[in-house]
Amino acid sequence: MTNILELRGVSKRYTAQTPTSGHTAVDNISLDIRKGELFSLLGPSGCGKTTTLRLIAGFEEPTAGEILLAGKRIDSLKPYERNVTTVFQSYALFPHLTVQANIEFGLRRHGIADIAKPVRDVMDLVQLTGKESRFPSQLSGGERQRVALARSLVLSPDVLLLDEPLSALDPLLRKQVRAELKALQRRVGVTFLLITHDQEEALSLSDRIAVMHAGRIEQIGTPEEIYLQPATRFVASFLGAMNWIGPVGVRPEVTNIARERPNGSSVVHAATVDTTTFLGNCVQVRTKLASGESVIAELPRHEVRPFDPGDQVHISWQPKDELNFPEPRE
Amino acid sequence: MNSRLLGIYAVAAYAFLHVPLLILAVFSFNSSKFTVWEGFSLNWYRAAFSNAQLIEASMNSLLIAVLATAFSTVIGTLCAYGLWKRKAPVLSGALYLSLVTPEIVTGVSLLAFFQWIFRYLHVQLGMHTVVLAHIAFCIAYVVIVVMARLKTFDPALEEAALDLGATEWQAFRQVTLPNILPGVAAAALLAFTVSIDDYVITSMVAGVDSETLPMVIYAIARRGVNPMLNAISTLIVCALGIVVMLSERLQRKSEAAQ
Amino acid sequence: MRRLRLLFLAPSVAVTAGLFLVPLAIIFIYSLLTRGAYGGVQLPLTLESYQRFFDPLYGLILLRTFWIAFLSTAICVGLGFPLALFIARSESRRGLYLALVILPFWTSFLIRTYAWMFLLRDTGLINSALQAAGVIKQPLPLLYNDSAVILGLVYGYLPFMVLPIYATLERLDKSLLEASADLGARPWDTLWRITIPLAAPGLRAGCILVFIPALGTYLTSDLLGGSKTILIGNLIQNQFAASRDWPFGAASSFILMAVVMALLLALLRKGDDAVL
Repeated sequence: MTNILELRGVSKRYTAQTPTSGHTAVDNISLDIRKGELFSLLGPSGCGKTTTLRLIAGFEEPTAGEILLAGKRIDSLKPYERNVTTVFQSYALFPHLTVQANIEFGLRRHGIADIAKPVRDVMDLVQLTGKESRFPSQLSGGERQRVALARSLVLSPDVLLLDEPLSALDPLLRKQVRAELKALQRRVGVTFLLITHDQEEALSLSDRIAVMHAGRIEQIGTPEEIYLQPATRFVASFLGAMNWIGPVGVRPEVTNIARERPNGSSVVHAATVDTTTFLGNCVQVRTKLASGESVIAELPRHEVRPFDPGDQVHISWQPKDELNFPEPRE
Repeated sequence: MNSRLLGIYAVAAYAFLHVPLLILAVFSFNSSKFTVWEGFSLNWYRAAFSNAQLIEASMNSLLIAVLATAFSTVIGTLCAYGLWKRKAPVLSGALYLSLVTPEIVTGVSLLAFFQWIFRYLHVQLGMHTVVLAHIAFCIAYVVIVVMARLKTFDPALEEAALDLGATEWQAFRQVTLPNILPGVAAAALLAFTVSIDDYVITSMVAGVDSETLPMVIYAIARRGVNPMLNAISTLIVCALGIVVMLSERLQRKSEAAQ
Repeated sequence: MRRLRLLFLAPSVAVTAGLFLVPLAIIFIYSLLTRGAYGGVQLPLTLESYQRFFDPLYGLILLRTFWIAFLSTAICVGLGFPLALFIARSESRRGLYLALVILPFWTSFLIRTYAWMFLLRDTGLINSALQAAGVIKQPLPLLYNDSAVILGLVYGYLPFMVLPIYATLERLDKSLLEASADLGARPWDTLWRITIPLAAPGLRAGCILVFIPALGTYLTSDLLGGSKTILIGNLIQNQFAASRDWPFGAASSFILMAVVMALLLALLRKGDDAVL
């Protein structure tokens, strides 16, 4: 597979207004994004993922490094000179233009003569046919998102950037639209670069994920790699829950709990039950080790015998489920 | 606070704000010269319309206001947009300063300035100086109103336009401007009313050929009360009211269309 | 983008510099020159015009201007706050009530001033009504005094007080008032301890918007105060028209400007531009 978008040592530093206010939003990051994949930049707010998107889109210029699109340098080109388009977090639909005029906007700017067919096709693709003459204010949240997608996709970008595309939707709709988004990407075959802070969204949608933290990339890999073999303590904590016993991390879903000391090759600790929480599909038992560290075991509902606070128990796991991070706790 | 008491107070306050003008209007239809109602008549309107000085001053005022509005709206809108893109503390500071400078000070400084220049250029005070002065003091109002509108405008819209292939000028012309147009219209209306109403600065920089309506009204008022003034006042208030209402309706229509 | 932005700012920079800052600079220079024999100005440079301002005669004019502006502002606060509160509390007709406050703002200031001349003069409506009712025999001297000027200023600037106060009251979180009542505060306590302190930015903005133009007033004092009420605005106008003492007029202008700026710096706080 060929790389469509490459970032090489890209940094964005904001110059100081006062001696203490300057900061580095993006710190020497390198990325290769392959043609046709759905790639996610995942990280907490303020980690630099949005700045990275703005650098790729051309709303900001990097202070160092190179950005290559289809092998050509684009980092100093204007936004309208780059063949990447953006689905904004707020969608940024032009409120004074109809759905159709919003979709035609980019085609007209590029001086494309025959715009009727591509507009019809893309409207069909995102199932907006019949809503051509509506204004954005007359659409539902899901429809607005599809207009934003259509408006960008109709230009056949090399890469489509999506800035938290599901965050403006209500939670019920979000899961459905997530599936639609993935199906749409597969159908059109356009490279998607998705920005999100939602780990579940990133895990379920992406071919590959880059986890960002404090302006740097912590790890790049498939969802399985990121979840099962986190490269850093941050990645391990950010994706899914994690019990920490010193430098060792264990996921709650592979942590067992029993009154009797289990036999075999497990790692075993004695513990006291703190609280038991019923979560519907599973039960979460929070325990405390003699060292004071707290360990959570998550068990399928039918496997659990009731535990009461104060019960003496043994928690255990298989050595292969342990993740080891010798670096000190932050 | 007792809401009934507050309601009664509000009625009194609104009466204070509006009754004096209503009385003014009522007595413009009085046939007597005195403040005693003698009967309905349009004499004072007839007198106003047959007063050549008044008609000429009205035409002057209209011409000045239209020119000042056109120029200050364009200049002020561009300025607000430029300041919205990136701050320029010196320019915005100067604009704020021009707003808080007492009119009389602006007036005398412009007078001194024009007199000083004219010593070298050999021209006189007249319509041109009035129009220039009005453009100068209207710009700050336009900037403030357009800026307020820009504050509610999502910058992502302009980025989206650039992203979809529009140049900066196209993005301004086709996305930003249409969206802030109601603000620009409101700014133009404000500039128009400020210009057509101005007396203090105008009287300082006007020449013999450029007497405006407020100057004539002022001159008559200083000599004392004259029912003809009631008639002129009523006409002006109604005309401004109609202009404001029309623009309001247009604005609402353009917003409803979206 | 930088080129386009420069292009956008250029006309306003030219107009603001050429027709505002340069004229101000010129009268600043004039204020340091000597009065010419036939009006105008001439060398040498002197501070005499500024010194003359400390003559009791002129100092008194400044004090009187302050006093009238202060009283007008105080009355505007007293009249404006309840009205703003009324509008903010009204639910259904808020737009109409607001429009009724803004409406006079669109009406000519000159005409609004004239309306009071019409009402207050010796043969005006108030005096004729009182005479007809037999309350008075001789007309009361209502026009051409300080009270008439204050009345005119209050009438002219009341909307400037109501609107910013209303803006802050409207944004006030209703649950704060409910919380206050819930914690046992009576309506007056809530008004005094919650509503008014939280409306402080609006009150401050309103005071700025009334006090500053009132300080520089010229039209109101000339029409309603007659020759009796000379304020600093009239003094300045006089130097440039009748007296032909430009340096003194220019110096007075700068003293007025300095007072205005000092007041603004004293009253403005960070974040106030949201209200203004």
